[in-house]
Amino acid sequence: MKLEFAVYRYNPDVDTKPYMKDYSVEVQEGTDMMVLDALLKLKEQDPTLAFRRSCREGVCGSDGINMNGKNGLACITPVSTFKGKKIEIRPLPGMPVVRDLIVDLTQFYTQYEKIKPYLINDDKTPAREHLQSPEEREHLDGLYECIMCACCSTACPSFWWNPDKFIGPSGLLHAYRFLIDSRDTATEERLSGLDDAYSVFRCHGIMNCVDVCPKGLNPTKAIGHIKSMLLQRAV
Amino acid sequence: MVTNAASLGRSGVHDFILIRASAVVLACYTIFLVGFIACSSPLTYDAWHGLFSALPMKIFTLLALVAVLVHAWIGIWQVLTDYVKSVSLRGVLQFVFVVAAFSYLAAGILIVWGV
Repeated sequence: MKLEFAVYRYNPDVDTKPYMKDYSVEVQEGTDMMVLDALLKLKEQDPTLAFRRSCREGVCGSDGINMNGKNGLACITPVSTFKGKKIEIRPLPGMPVVRDLIVDLTQFYTQYEKIKPYLINDDKTPAREHLQSPEEREHLDGLYECIMCACCSTACPSFWWNPDKFIGPSGLLHAYRFLIDSRDTATEERLSGLDDAYSVFRCHGIMNCVDVCPKGLNPTKAIGHIKSMLLQRAV
Repeated sequence: MVTNAASLGRSGVHDFILIRASAVVLACYTIFLVGFIACSSPLTYDAWHGLFSALPMKIFTLLALVAVLVHAWIGIWQVLTDYVKSVSLRGVLQFVFVVAAFSYLAAGILIVWGV
């Protein structure tokens, strides 16, 4: 069976503009493979093709790409998902392209830094550790699992239009992870940093982030919780 | 925190409350008007005139016009800051839309209180 691919190619040192290049990969009938495996086969055919990958099992978040219009991780997306149709592979949308499928995620990380992604605790340092009850720990489920692949933020129109001001779904999921952490004492400071017209409130709840998250997380729900916290604090 | 001066609210949460509160007022006004039209069939001039002659309806209409102003101001600001990246063009467009919304309010007051 022959699998057809159209891959976004752009090398700013050589190309004047991006273009789509067609490839094909021979796959044994009745077998399947991940898109990353197919990309590796394409790279054997054409060593100039550039893309990021590392763990190849959906943990590192390096190989976030856009496949037939939907963001996802190449390493955990089987080619059978596309039912034999030609697979169009593009870089994550909205981000500056460094080369081929590699995008510059500086703005994504800048937004992540803004939310202070670390525990802040002004209480006296305990002798051993900050204890947390199982119920308190449960609040972090569905939040801490984010691998920062950027699939969600780059699927969000609000992030496309205001990547310098809107934190984006991934950053906000992390923000809520620390806001709801019973060991964190900087809730007020964190909320003050989010109470503007862009950082959180540019989310209009279209749920593209939920649709594409390869880990099955729900950033829209977390953003809703942040909005509720901001409201309760203001009203 | 990102600051801005062109939106109506003092903060993100203020905008959030204003836009939703104004939406509730507009929804109530629309439902009431549709209900009135549906229930007073055939709709006569006298019935329509009578409706808008009542003080509570005048106040309700005025409230709806203020809600249009608030809702449009914040909504247009959000749309323009998404799609219009030229600050000067955005400023002009924002000015035009806000002036239009104020004009609707002024015209509405004159019309409704003239009944």
